Amino acid sequence: MQRAKLVVVGNGMAGTRTLEELLKLAPDLYDITVFGAERHANYNRILLSPVLAGEMTLREIMLNDEQWYRDQGITLHLANPVARIDRSRRCVVAADGTSAPYDRLLLATGSAPVMLPIPGCELQGVLSYRDIADTEAMIEASGRHSHAVVIGGGLLGLEAANGLRQRGMEVTVVHLMPWLMERQLDRSAAQMLERSLADKGLRFLLGRQTERITGKDGHACAVVLKGGEEIPADLVVMAVGIRPNVDLARAAGLHCERGIVVNDTLQTHDPRIYGVGECVAHRGLTYGLVAPLFDMAKVCANHLARLGIGRYQGSISSTKLKVTGVDVFSAGDFTGGENTEEILLQDPGGGVYKKLVLRDERLVGTVLYGDTVDSAWYFQLLRDGTNVAQIRDHLMFGESHLGNTGHQGQNRAVTMPDTMEVCGCNGVTKGTIVKAIKESGLFSVDDVRKHTKASASCGSCTGLVEQLLASTIGGAYAPQAAAQKPVCTCTELTHEEVRRAIRDHHLHSIPQAMAFLDWHTPDGCASCRPALNYYVLCAWPREAQDDPQSRYINERAHANIQKNGTFSVVPRMFGGVTSAAELRRIADVVDKYAIPGVKVTGGQRIDLLGVRKEDLPRVWADLDMPSGHAYAKALRTVKTCVGSEWCRFGVQDSTALGIDLERALARMYAPHKVKLAVSGCPRNCAESGIKDVGVIGVDSGWEIYVGGNGGIKTEAAQFLVKVRTADEVLEVTGAFLQLYREEARYLDRTVAYIQRVGMDHIRMKVVDDATSRLELYQRLLFCLEGATDPWQERIAGAQSHEYEAITL
Amino acid sequence: MSATDSTLWNWQRVCDLKDLPPLGARVVSHAQGDIAVFRGAGEEVFALLDRCPHKGGPLSQGIVFGRHVSCPLHGWTIGLADGVAVAPDQGCTPGFEVRLDGGQVYLRLPALAAEPVA
Ligand code: SRM
Ligand SMILES: Cc1cc2nc3c(=O)[nH]c(=O)nc-3n(C[C@H](O)[C@H](O)[C@H](O)COP(=O)(O)OP(=O)(O)OC[C@H]3O[C@@H](n4cnc5c(N)ncnc54)[C@H](O)[C@@H]3O)c2cc1C
Ligand code: SF4
Ligand code: FES
Repeated sequence: MQRAKLVVVGNGMAGTRTLEELLKLAPDLYDITVFGAERHANYNRILLSPVLAGEMTLREIMLNDEQWYRDQGITLHLANPVARIDRSRRCVVAADGTSAPYDRLLLATGSAPVMLPIPGCELQGVLSYRDIADTEAMIEASGRHSHAVVIGGGLLGLEAANGLRQRGMEVTVVHLMPWLMERQLDRSAAQMLERSLADKGLRFLLGRQTERITGKDGHACAVVLKGGEEIPADLVVMAVGIRPNVDLARAAGLHCERGIVVNDTLQTHDPRIYGVGECVAHRGLTYGLVAPLFDMAKVCANHLARLGIGRYQGSISSTKLKVTGVDVFSAGDFTGGENTEEILLQDPGGGVYKKLVLRDERLVGTVLYGDTVDSAWYFQLLRDGTNVAQIRDHLMFGESHLGNTGHQGQNRAVTMPDTMEVCGCNGVTKGTIVKAIKESGLFSVDDVRKHTKASASCGSCTGLVEQLLASTIGGAYAPQAAAQKPVCTCTELTHEEVRRAIRDHHLHSIPQAMAFLDWHTPDGCASCRPALNYYVLCAWPREAQDDPQSRYINERAHANIQKNGTFSVVPRMFGGVTSAAELRRIADVVDKYAIPGVKVTGGQRIDLLGVRKEDLPRVWADLDMPSGHAYAKALRTVKTCVGSEWCRFGVQDSTALGIDLERALARMYAPHKVKLAVSGCPRNCAESGIKDVGVIGVDSGWEIYVGGNGGIKTEAAQFLVKVRTADEVLEVTGAFLQLYREEARYLDRTVAYIQRVGMDHIRMKVVDDATSRLELYQRLLFCLEGATDPWQERIAGAQSHEYEAITL
Repeated sequence: MSATDSTLWNWQRVCDLKDLPPLGARVVSHAQGDIAVFRGAGEEVFALLDRCPHKGGPLSQGIVFGRHVSCPLHGWTIGLADGVAVAPDQGCTPGFEVRLDGGQVYLRLPALAAEPVA
């Protein structure tokens, strides 16, 4: 069968990114032909500024060279713009007469710099700043001339001015508006920026209009301002704005406003013709930064691949000025207005300015000058629409002031030396990461993970990697809104979408779910299979079948794998209470199986380390104690203190309640591990403040806290409710944990889950609405009823092949 | 894996195909080191030395997907057919010839070997 034909007009950043996404989804669907007006294959346009400044070379900024197009079987026409689209015959005709038929057409023509129609604009030495040719011309001119004028004090103009200054020219920036970068910055931040750029040797004429350019022998020699002032200029760079390239589309009769009008699936009014990038207008907006284009590319590719999933709903973008040594960042709606509040920090002496704009307890905009280390964090809060009421007091001081004592606390990615280790698990340094970002053209944390392994293991350095991305590629880095993150690369769907489908369509096995949801891989990967296994089991308890092959070895073998391939065994000691008989059995087992390590764990129980796999079932049988699930995404420990039975301060029987909770919840699987603690008085010796559920006895009853964590990032638990009786503690705890089980993404601890949905949601479902609480609790009890101990099952012979090696 | 002069390689029966769980593995204890025998989703079988090129993790304990296994210790992805680690990781673990005949799995192994297999 003949393949359908896809023609792409414009091989810039948006068009080529769409092709990359498409080839990932449907490598064989189309015969692809690409026309590009420039003579270069696809390069990273935003890095033209470092090239101009002499910090990078052209070779370093190539994203897809001609070989890439050949490898993908794409026909590439360079230096050959498309002149005409013939919609009735469904073909395009290029400048040199080449024509190419299409079944689908993708327009990605970008935009063109606006040239002021003033006298002298046609002189030699008057340039725009858009592509490699412009950049080369500027570099060449800087070698021969000494006076440059840049017209326009926006992002592009300032980067051009800085680059030319770095190359030794005298540079004057003429700007029409009263302050620099007025579209991104407010006046105070702009004035600080102006001062530091002036220190670098740039000259500014603000609030001034250019009237004409005078020339000698056809070459520019000066710029004349309104009012008569004349500034010598052998090189004039116009950076006054961009205009989407719509002429081609308009001539073909496609509906255009400022850009080519597209809908949420990136289709123009002719459904065979798609548009992405700076050339399109979506919901009345055009964009001039790459992050939104990447969002468009993803959705467009999905529809071109005929999967039909996803809509583009617009982007919030951010800007970062790429001038080395000057940090400026702005995002969202930072001008404020009705119903907004501003938090402001202004320290002109120290060179720091920060403005945060809030609406309805959410961050909607920010401007940062001088100290931008938290830009990625603010941007994430902004895109996710996180409720910041609880952290408002600290918001201005950044992420590291949130009691975040973990690895991410060392927050100054920008000031770290290149040799410093970012990823402690894989030993990756800052230098390695920055180099990979630049040389391989990486744009996302996922890309960095794939190329360098940084943040691929425990993930605690993800924040640092995000900062490195933000500081290296600037506004091109858009942290993906968490709400849109797909489960893994086997699907486009988010965890929420997958869970909903499993529930709504009664999918009760992994193959069923994969088939229904069009998984791209035949049997998933090591990330999605365990998640799917959990999701089907949670949605269809006592009906869905567990799939051991989709569980990590610890949960498959019911013991913790060790670095040398042996296993550890942690039997359950309810509430940390044990007896002489139990201790004696443990001691005997250690002797009998020559177990090399015995240790008291951080969770009030005993760990037998270095057990041979084949011994496991017999060790369990001889111990005659239930599984402690120390290996599972399940209920782990319920720590207790001695409480009122012995302690002179105790006001409640914390040990008894702890044991009751542990007996009720043992064998409960969850999105991640779950740890509880019960203390008998506010002295809190069981450390209830850093547990998923922490209970503290007070004279009149029990206080319940949720969402604490003592792991990678220490997080204090938040107060949920105070109740009177132990029974109420059981019900509230059960209901909360069931809500977590039903709604959290696989591998999110309770703290991450609560951060996502908000405490109000939890309170409403678990505290305020008694019916909802009871229903949740009933669903949990239904799921746990009849659940058996996995060690007992295996002592009786289940999955015996797991433990027996084949000997020849 | 090619035969060396000093070693004799024989086909040996290992187990029934049904003893290998789909998308799973079994360990074959061998005088010169454990061998991991894997099975894909269907009837395809593979055999590698049970030692990850990273830090020696037991690959037999990993999660099998497609024609790959994810090492249980630090999550490297190793190709089942060639033992090669997927980029950005680098390394390779030795493989063994394996075949299926009448529902039986056979491995080609060094007989009474003079040298360790790897
Ligand atoms: C055995 C024990 C250390 C000890 O000797 O005390 C332990 C051992 C391991 N911990 Fe832990 N943790 C142990 C208590 C803790 C505690 C303290 C506690 O539970 O009170 C914490 C912090 C509290 C918390 O979780 O909030 C803790 C936070 C972690 C984390 C970080 C979790 C997080 O969300 O930040 C991990 C990594 C993970 O789970 O992804 C981890 C992972 C691990 C693993 C399972 C690593 C692994 O995947 O192989 C370790 C297994 C070692 C082995 O070879 O068996 N361990 N781990 C403790 C077992 C307690 C028990 O009786 O079940
Ligand atoms: C110097 C500079 C610095 C920048 N810095 C940043 C930054 O820090 N952060 C950020 O987010 N963004 C930045 N940008 C903006 C970013 O580069 C653009 O948003 C992005 O490149 C737009 O992608 P696109 O594919 O829509 O357009 P382009 O990348 O311009 O690609 C369009 C391509 O189509 C070609 N074309 C046009 N018409 C035709 C035709 N008829 N036939 C064939 N080909 C045609 C053009 O020649 C061009 O190659 C910067 C831009 C410049 C110039
Ligand atoms: S036991 Fe926990 S803290 Fe200790 S090395 Fe292992 S994972 Fe790290
Ligand atoms: S030993 Fe296999 S990934 Fe480290």
